[in-house]
Amino acid sequence: MTQVFLGLPTAPRGVGHLRGEQSFPDAARGALRDGQLRANLGHATSTIRGKRAAVVGEVPDWAELREAGRAIKAATMARLDEHLIALEEQVTARGGTVHWARDANEANEIVTRLVQATGADEVVKVKSMATQEIGLNEALEAAGITAHETDLAELIVQLGEDKPSHILVPAIHKNRAEIREIFLRTMPGVDETLTDEPRRLAMAAREHLRERFLRATVAISGANFAVAETGTLAVVESEGNGRMCLTLPRTLITVMAIEKVVPTWRDLEVFLQLLPRSSTGERMNPYTSLWAGVTPGDGPQEFHLVLLDNGRTAVLADEIGREALHCIRCSACLNVCPVYERTGGHAYGSVYPGPIGAVLSPQLTGVEDNASLPYASSLCGACYDVCPVAIDIPSILVHLRAEHVEAQTYPTPEAVAFRTLSKAMSNPRLWRLAQKAAGLGRFLARGKPTLPAALPPPASKWTRTRDLPTPPAKTFTQQWAEEHRS
Amino acid sequence: MKVALFATCLVDTLTPQVARATATLLERLGHEVVVPLGQSCCGQMHVNTGYRREAVPIVANHVRAFAGAEAIVAPSGSCVASIHHQQAAVARRAGEHALADEAEALAGRTYELSQFLVDVLGVTDVGAYYPHRVTYHPTCHSLRLLRVGDRPLQLLRAVRGLDLVELPGADQCCGFGGTFAVKNADTSTAMLTDKMANILGTHAEVCTAGDASCLMHIGGGLSRLCSGTRTVHLAEILASTEDAVTPHQTTRPAFGTDSGSRR
Repeated sequence: MTQVFLGLPTAPRGVGHLRGEQSFPDAARGALRDGQLRANLGHATSTIRGKRAAVVGEVPDWAELREAGRAIKAATMARLDEHLIALEEQVTARGGTVHWARDANEANEIVTRLVQATGADEVVKVKSMATQEIGLNEALEAAGITAHETDLAELIVQLGEDKPSHILVPAIHKNRAEIREIFLRTMPGVDETLTDEPRRLAMAAREHLRERFLRATVAISGANFAVAETGTLAVVESEGNGRMCLTLPRTLITVMAIEKVVPTWRDLEVFLQLLPRSSTGERMNPYTSLWAGVTPGDGPQEFHLVLLDNGRTAVLADEIGREALHCIRCSACLNVCPVYERTGGHAYGSVYPGPIGAVLSPQLTGVEDNASLPYASSLCGACYDVCPVAIDIPSILVHLRAEHVEAQTYPTPEAVAFRTLSKAMSNPRLWRLAQKAAGLGRFLARGKPTLPAALPPPASKWTRTRDLPTPPAKTFTQQWAEEHRS
Repeated sequence: MKVALFATCLVDTLTPQVARATATLLERLGHEVVVPLGQSCCGQMHVNTGYRREAVPIVANHVRAFAGAEAIVAPSGSCVASIHHQQAAVARRAGEHALADEAEALAGRTYELSQFLVDVLGVTDVGAYYPHRVTYHPTCHSLRLLRVGDRPLQLLRAVRGLDLVELPGADQCCGFGGTFAVKNADTSTAMLTDKMANILGTHAEVCTAGDASCLMHIGGGLSRLCSGTRTVHLAEILASTEDAVTPHQTTRPAFGTDSGSRR
């Protein structure tokens, strides 16, 4: 296995959902031809973009708030070990139990064991990226435990035997007619007269879920934040399903990736302003649940916190790439990304799609396991502009491209070409010769303003959809030199 | 002022008329233009494709070619952004600290054309005449890395005869992205198609921008569609005057005409 950073372990293969079966260009090819998907995505992303822009625009000190968010994350990552130990102490002191999971396999084993110890054969789940990342539902199923997703969009994805395609809106690729069809097909006892009216769909899901909330004795959640100084966990959500899961069952198991910790209670002030405006375009988050340990007679009487590494320590070791760990999963970068808007999330092959996924997934798995993702961007920079914690995603993408190039043991044809070009471009005399050679391409055009549409690869990748200009007989510098020769 | 013109590798090799227009414009405004013949490339394509080590000698060549220049102007937001944001960083990473310092100093004197005209020379009316319906596409790197803002629009609004129409979804990437255009050709084409739909919706004769690279992509797509709309670089529009309206400066493609050969 290729390990990129100082031999620190990356997320293991064969478990979880960080690696796609196809490269990005191959996966995108199919998605781009799906007209329904393009329409759904175009509509959904432009709506959220507009909402976000409006509520961010009304905050006079957004730039300062964003800088505060960035600074808190950078400072936290610099002493992540200390904050995690402080968090463990506080959670333990308040009656919770902390488990440390090196990777997806360990986390899945811990959670399965904890559920089995309660004797339950089903659990309710709050939407969680970490448990999607490690493939927890599949691991539980293998142990005979049924996991019920309770977030509406996650439920749609689960019932449709589909995969999430967006961090915040996992079913963004489905429209309401498609959702109605899934409900009619998969929900036991659903009203046959169900229409695609959003309210009717929500009520059907509500009825379906309510029964499971009341029956469940174990809930599994992720966490948006954990406060080290108080041992407080935080989950933000919009539907109230999270609140049900976090309060009704007897046992609560939270799987949290290690970068979610913040040092102090006051830090939440910054992130609870940045997150809702960036993600759902709301001024304030509808349901913000906070809890610390267990409270006798109130809420879950057993609380377990599973701290997940799964490649994050390796990311932390890379001084350029580590900024990706600052992400608060708002998904603003997905909504503004012109690539994501057209391909959708499945093309990225990982639970983390879009620009942040293109820098996070390859780092968690090691670049070689997701080598096409750093190139899945035109480097337009829209993601960096909207990121609430100012992650310079384009620079990390460029860095990871170099990591990929430098990891090759044998020179690829591309590398040979770029090295030759580098030699030419560093030497004016050779460069003039190279330009002359390029100029010979004009003879292919036989007097026409553009080159033929059918050129051999790799030029064909361009000319299949775009004309190439016929090179001029003389370059500008050549013309200038001739005119100014004195 | 003595201005050193950085043509950029793409313009020099494929669209020399853009560099010619830049020189003509600056000379018309009363400045002396020099073209250092040792110039080649800023190194951006290498850096952005992952060849940052191989970019270092290219940066060194650029620094050598422009050493001592008072002001350097390039008709490209993207290349100037790379000079500002990447050159010193790749040199420093390779341990070439002296080169990094020189690149940094040079970057401080390097300007994208519209920035140079508006901020350094303080002109928005450059005396141009261009009687065509034109829409402007703000290229991503000029918009988000250089923050040129509405400078190109200020310049275009002052052009006599020019009918400027707003481009819907202007801030959306055209899908060029350097090697992205070939490595992810399908996605690039999907982005281009939407950009072309917006351009054609304006019924403009000409789509202009500050980057010949993005224009080569957009223009290549428009040309393939046999659409009547062409791409013309901002410098070519600003260089046009009543005296110099030739068939070359009307709505012909920004590429495909060799400005050196007057017919």
